[in-house]
Amino acid sequence: MSQDTTAHHDDHHDAHHPTGLARWLFSTNHKEIGTMYLVFSLAMFLVGGAMALIIRAELFAPGLQLVNPEFFNQMTTMHALVMIFGAVMPAFVGLANWMVPLMIGAPDMALPRMNNWSFWILPFAFTLLLATLFMPSGGPSSGWTLYPPLSLQGGNSLAFVILAIHLMGISSIMGAINIIATILNMRAPGMTLLRMPLFVWTWLITAFLLIAVMPVLAGAVTMLLTDRFFGTSFFNAAGGGDPVLYQHIFWFFGHPEVYILILPAFGIVSEIIPTFSRKQLFGYTSMVYATASIAFLSFIVWAHHMFTVGMPLGAMLFFMYATMVIAVPTGVKIFNWVATMWRGSMTFETPMLFALGFVVLFTIGGLSGLMLAIVPANFQYHDTYFVVAHFHYVLVTGAVFAIMAAVYYWLPKWTGHMYNEKLGKIHFWWSTIWVNVLFFPQHYLGLAGMPRRIPDYAVQFAEFNMISTIGGFMYGFGQLLFVYIIWQCVRGGEKATAQVWEGARGLEWTVPSPAPLHTFDTPPLVDDSVAVHKDTLA
Amino acid sequence: MKRTNELIVALAVLAAIVVVVWGVFAVGDNMPRGVTPYSQDVYQLHNTILGIVTVIGVLVFTAMFTSIVVHRKSKGYKPASFSHSTQAEIIWTAIPILILVVMAVPATRVLIDMEQTGGAEMNIQITGYQWLWKYDYLEDEISFFSALDRASNRARQIGSGINPRDVENYLLEVDNPLVVPVNTRIRFLLTADDVIHSWWVPDLGWKRDAIPGMVNEAWTYIEEEGIYRGQCAELCGKDHGFMPIVVEAVSREAYDAWVADQRRGMAEAAHESARLWTRAELMDHGANVYQAQCAACHQPDGSGLEPAFPALARDGRPTGELTSHLEVVLNGREGTAMTAFGGRLQPEDIAAALTYTRNAWSEDEGEVVQPSTIAELNQVELNQG
Repeated sequence: MSQDTTAHHDDHHDAHHPTGLARWLFSTNHKEIGTMYLVFSLAMFLVGGAMALIIRAELFAPGLQLVNPEFFNQMTTMHALVMIFGAVMPAFVGLANWMVPLMIGAPDMALPRMNNWSFWILPFAFTLLLATLFMPSGGPSSGWTLYPPLSLQGGNSLAFVILAIHLMGISSIMGAINIIATILNMRAPGMTLLRMPLFVWTWLITAFLLIAVMPVLAGAVTMLLTDRFFGTSFFNAAGGGDPVLYQHIFWFFGHPEVYILILPAFGIVSEIIPTFSRKQLFGYTSMVYATASIAFLSFIVWAHHMFTVGMPLGAMLFFMYATMVIAVPTGVKIFNWVATMWRGSMTFETPMLFALGFVVLFTIGGLSGLMLAIVPANFQYHDTYFVVAHFHYVLVTGAVFAIMAAVYYWLPKWTGHMYNEKLGKIHFWWSTIWVNVLFFPQHYLGLAGMPRRIPDYAVQFAEFNMISTIGGFMYGFGQLLFVYIIWQCVRGGEKATAQVWEGARGLEWTVPSPAPLHTFDTPPLVDDSVAVHKDTLA
Repeated sequence: MKRTNELIVALAVLAAIVVVVWGVFAVGDNMPRGVTPYSQDVYQLHNTILGIVTVIGVLVFTAMFTSIVVHRKSKGYKPASFSHSTQAEIIWTAIPILILVVMAVPATRVLIDMEQTGGAEMNIQITGYQWLWKYDYLEDEISFFSALDRASNRARQIGSGINPRDVENYLLEVDNPLVVPVNTRIRFLLTADDVIHSWWVPDLGWKRDAIPGMVNEAWTYIEEEGIYRGQCAELCGKDHGFMPIVVEAVSREAYDAWVADQRRGMAEAAHESARLWTRAELMDHGANVYQAQCAACHQPDGSGLEPAFPALARDGRPTGELTSHLEVVLNGREGTAMTAFGGRLQPEDIAAALTYTRNAWSEDEGEVVQPSTIAELNQVELNQG
């Protein structure tokens, strides 16, 4: 019934809809903007991946073969900035744009024009950032953390980098405001907060994190800017400043930032596992509370990134205990996912495979994170490949796997076609095997004493580096298959039903596939029979 | 049924790969046990924690894979309808808290041990520079720089044609190692001159940042004689990967003999700064100093890496006047990687490096700078400062 009205409205709107470039430049439609975010993110994923391959190629064998150390440092720095701010964050915002209105029964985002603007800032920001590679002084080379005094030694390109970070920050903050406004104001009647899908919940919490910490980053990099170009001495000891102050400010942003990169992934996995287990998500309420606890704790653990700067004993103990406590709500989440699968009726389509891969490999990354919290051992692990292995397990097999799971899960809804399931499975197995060959040996490299961010290494590290590089190239080129699968699915394929997946529940599956440009012009009525989550005692 | 088989085969293959990979690696590389009481505590702690997290991982994955194998639709398994159990949730909140307490107790004990201060039998100041270390023995009044050795330095250039495997201790060898006595409680005072560095020798069990404008403290007590190698662990610019650390722990007697030897060398050096040097001597010594101190940025042939690192010679003559060149070398250039060498090198080193720079790539015979000139300039600087 409501679908008829939807279709009618479509015709009405389409008559006025611009075509060609203007359609995308001036779009205020959450689905089109979501698509642009996702395409942009995929492009940045490939750019950042190419940089990673340059790094791994240089590290294939001891000795310098391909690039000089300055360029190597530019690659490690840019790889991180591009992947964090260009690939993972825009992907999550893109998913939120597409799915949050569909999941809460809203016709669009609350602030559509701002939505347009927050996307279109990004191409300019990344043009500025990537352009520094072609400047005489080269791109930033002090690591993505931009620690002074090292970052202040660079040329004028630092100003471009800082401006780019400001633009990304503005984009993120506007995106976050939009998401909060949408979720708090535009839910369909009956869609109470505790009936919302977990993806919506995790994004609501993530958006608050973004608003809280992006301005902190903006402040930190602005101080770098004035130190470098206007003669201030915030971080210059010779002028009465303190280089460690920067690290405290940066990581006050940086730690919540890591949860910005993972909480939406928790949400995605919490949607997918119940669907393919044909069973309700276990412990919905505790999942919401666990997410909120993790978000709160993320504000009081920042100094665990800098145990070696020389802190008082009491401070180190506090930051160690606070960090260890994060394992409790994170554990609750993992146990709940396993309990969701328990006595379910599972099938293993590609989204489920990626979600299961996420649970296993993210857990490995989480456990090595717990090891890193132990201060005395951290004095050995810190700034080695052990840390590199740890954060790639949580970011690649964590965040990126979850994003890929989400793409496979919702692609039929977006395009109206089923993707090629066989190729999807090959993509999963290929990625999972090689990503472990890529990152698992790095644990051993770190324990054996290889520092991170070095372009060349002693010969005892040669074998593991060679294995890691082989894994890197296989994993990296395997992602072209992902691009091909998406392209093929957009072009055509088996028609998708509205429900798409047998076990799928929630409002997004009540609209046709592909979802028409305008949905829920008339808000649906939500009660327990439609809601994704409801508690049933064991 | 066929699909189930495929999946099980795939899982088995994956499991086999994991087991093989794990096995191969686990034989070789774990954290080093080290040679200090503290490093051994850290090693024990690491193994304990690694054991605990491995058990947790295995339990979680066992539950998950049991479910994956048993509770599948292809076997006709009907889904249960529960979605909540207060009891289960209390259990899996409480047990992790207990495990964390079990981990926190030894971690706290080791950390408190490590932070025990006092009782230093000797003090060594470590200063990080881009890209070498300086060691000052505060009691014995010995002071020297420690940089990557020349064999590694030659081999690590792009297109050097030297196989790193043919270089002994490639990238882990220095010209002047830090010599310390065993069974002695040593306090390190760490700082830096330019950017943040981090001093790390895995066998001593810790790393600690060397930060400009701050002095950090760290302790060691080495129990076994031997040579222990490490590296800078904090990104400090382009040659971050090329500033190794070598600690030579020797007996008390050998250490005393080494100190006496160093003292003699320093007395000779004082004499060297005062005397008049010949051009050939300056060029000869200058080539060594230049390669060790300047070539990393300005390149072995003085061509530089524009625009960050200027060329020192162009079209067969030095770029810039001698007076300004001298000024920059002595006082550095703010906001760049060019540090002040005035207080860092001996007058004869600076004089020789300058003489070398102004003659080596020049068609004409360039200026000669005498150590005494530098010594006088340093004196003026001190009086003014």
